[in-house]
Amino acid sequence: MSVTILVSNLVKRFGLKTVLRGLNFSVRTGEFVAILGPNGAGKTTFLRILATLSKATLGEVAIAGYTLPAQAAAVRRRLGVVTHLPLLYEDLTAEENLRFYGRLYSLPNLHKRVQEVLELVGLFERRADLVRTFSRGMQQRLAIARAILHDPEVLLLDEPHTGLDQEACAMLDEVLREVAARGRTVVMTSHDLVRVSELASRFDVLSNGVIVASVQREQLDPDQLLAFYRQAVRQGDQSAHQSLAAVHQREEIL
Amino acid sequence: MTFVRATAAVIAKDLAGEFRSRELLSAMLIFAVLVILIFNFALELDIKTRSTVTAGVLWVTFAFAGSLGLNRSMAMEKDRGCIDGLLLAPVDRSAIYFGKMIGNLVFMLSVEAIVLPLYSILYNTNLFKIGFLGVVFLGSLGYVAVGTLLATMAVQTRTRDVLLPILLFPLVIPVLIASVKASMGYLQGIEAETIRPWLNLLLVYDTVFIAVAFMMFDFVVEE
Repeated sequence: MSVTILVSNLVKRFGLKTVLRGLNFSVRTGEFVAILGPNGAGKTTFLRILATLSKATLGEVAIAGYTLPAQAAAVRRRLGVVTHLPLLYEDLTAEENLRFYGRLYSLPNLHKRVQEVLELVGLFERRADLVRTFSRGMQQRLAIARAILHDPEVLLLDEPHTGLDQEACAMLDEVLREVAARGRTVVMTSHDLVRVSELASRFDVLSNGVIVASVQREQLDPDQLLAFYRQAVRQGDQSAHQSLAAVHQREEIL
Repeated sequence: MTFVRATAAVIAKDLAGEFRSRELLSAMLIFAVLVILIFNFALELDIKTRSTVTAGVLWVTFAFAGSLGLNRSMAMEKDRGCIDGLLLAPVDRSAIYFGKMIGNLVFMLSVEAIVLPLYSILYNTNLFKIGFLGVVFLGSLGYVAVGTLLATMAVQTRTRDVLLPILLFPLVIPVLIASVKASMGYLQGIEAETIRPWLNLLLVYDTVFIAVAFMMFDFVVEE
């Protein structure tokens, strides 16, 4: 299986603050990777770099054979992105929102494709309603429809379950399973270990700006995921403290 | 072709959204009408002085109402994260700039299309002269060309409402001065030779700033 996402020694700094510290990461085509990590670990920053919305300070990123940031436009065509925010216009209807994004992607047979994805996320009946009248769950479903409208090779999701009720979560999971079943590559960040344990084929733990542990689903009992996660975060904290102490020691010697 | 299609999609989206909400136009229009009324009561103009201050009053009104609209237009993109949606699209990012700029220009011209007849009635002044309307178009174009770029920068800060006028007004001084002078010339019936330098300045300003915005927009929207 070929590698769809390849990240080497990725560093991201915001002023004096280093958020990602030499992160290495790779995803094979068709894999569903869940990135777990505590708040402030750098999950959103990492996903924004993969999504071409932010530039790395150092390091290399390649998606579907195209390098970032040099070939960002080619990467964008192959990406679908779902963030905390729905990226939808409240004063447009569900259908108008999708048609607008479809035009930006120059999609052929746009009318048919819009209908397909609206049916897929269960919003076909509400297609003529303004997005401002939608619940948070419906907006998130429409956000998924927006992200998969152009049938992307890679789907990036940043905590997509946040703020959703159980029914909306189940609907979202169903859509994600369908996307994954069609051989698409999925990278999702989440805090919800129960949900990701049912969805992902691999679990990576991001702590203090690096991937500190990675495990395939078949190598881990779902009940052990929490213990695995806690241990990985603890290890990440310790190694971060050690590297920080080493830096301080070096500074004192100098 | 993709560039034109993307630009047209952004314009159509902005117009459709505004047609429904009327948030932006109503704010700009109410503000502009209030400014005109305040000037009307404050200045108590006689016919002679009226012709000399008309251009100034109108361009001050357009500039302030315009800054309201520019701020709101970009805030709508930012607040719901839609700016990220636009940036994720595989289109030349300057197509997004042109789409937003033309949308803002349409809003500003719509407000002017209502304010000008109102001003004509209140001040009993004939504003419907081709040359003057041309200056209104060129001045508005220069104003929104710079304003759209700066609004994109300002909207990414917490102090966006304050920051936009602070950044915008010093930069549009040339376009405002040229617009006021050229407008005054047409309204007072001054010969074309005297007005031409101001028109040339407007044309050069518009061309230069549209070109600068075209080149800079990609850097402005980068995180």
